[in-house]
Amino acid sequence: MKVSIYRYNPETDREPSMKEYEVDTQGKDLMVLDILALVKEQDQSLAYRRSCREGVCGSDGMNMNGKNGLACITPLSQVAPGVLEGKKPLILRPLPGLPVIRDLVVDMGMFYNQYEKVQPYLQNNTPAPAIERLQSPEERAKIDGLYECILCACCSTSCPSFWWNPDKFLGPAALLQSYRFLADSRDNATEERLSKLDDPFSLFRCHGIMNCVSVCPKGLNPTRAIGHIRSMLLERGI
Amino acid sequence: MVTPVTSLGRNGLYDWLIQRVSAVIIGLYLIGMLGYLVAAGDLDYGSWKEFMGCVAMQIVNTLLVIAVAAHTWVGLWGVTTDYLTSLTFGKAATAVRLIAQLVIALALIVYLLWGLVLIWGGA
Repeated sequence: MKVSIYRYNPETDREPSMKEYEVDTQGKDLMVLDILALVKEQDQSLAYRRSCREGVCGSDGMNMNGKNGLACITPLSQVAPGVLEGKKPLILRPLPGLPVIRDLVVDMGMFYNQYEKVQPYLQNNTPAPAIERLQSPEERAKIDGLYECILCACCSTSCPSFWWNPDKFLGPAALLQSYRFLADSRDNATEERLSKLDDPFSLFRCHGIMNCVSVCPKGLNPTRAIGHIRSMLLERGI
Repeated sequence: MVTPVTSLGRNGLYDWLIQRVSAVIIGLYLIGMLGYLVAAGDLDYGSWKEFMGCVAMQIVNTLLVIAVAAHTWVGLWGVTTDYLTSLTFGKAATAVRLIAQLVIALALIVYLLWGLVLIWGGA
């Protein structure tokens, strides 16, 4: 099958280009990360990130035939119709909207900056109990679908609002984490957290197009979380 | 936190609410107007003028004109701050955006005043 990969080495290349490779999958429905390993055997200069190879570390987020996802848990048959059969090439590009360091490796700095802004840690100024802060099963259930995020950046880099204003709009990943702590019964910094989200950009630049939901490899729903934060702001403001 | 001075409500929640409430007003107006046009059947100038000239319609039309202006401003403010940025215009972005916003604001003020003159002018 044909594989087309975005190549760019800022030290030697004037501009990025797509390079074609021919890979023999022996008809198997391999994961995209396996294809990259086969390409790497042919061309040692190809750079990409990988670690756990089972969708837990979030290192190998990339754009596969136009859709973001994790290469390690995306089989060829799910990339696009015809790719597995070799009728269409597999096209791999780095995550859109972030500066490219080399080939498929992007600089995640802007993404992490926005994550840092939402203060993704428990804040509670009441005296700590002797053992631990307890939650009822119902309270605990409220952070299901929020805490599972692995920060792979597939969602934020598929969001046009994040592309245009990556310094002002927090992006779906950071907002999901923001709601994870707003929804946590053990956190009491709700007012401070909400007051930082009340400007026209941080949260309200989300127009609900749900690209984030369609690409999240963990099946999470940042749009719903953003909707919940919006409701909290509405209740607080009216 | 970002506090843009040219956004209508200068606050995300206000802008968001203005956008939704104005959309509801515009939507209800369109449905109402469509209903009237279907129900009224054969309309002539006299009956149309009488309908538009009654105080209730003058108030409704004023609401509509304000809703359209507010809705347009919030929407286009979003468009200008999305696309007319340093990513596309480099150092000139602030000037380009300010000029675009001024042109839009002026056009909307003219539209608003003209609309109010038409509605309340009694001509």
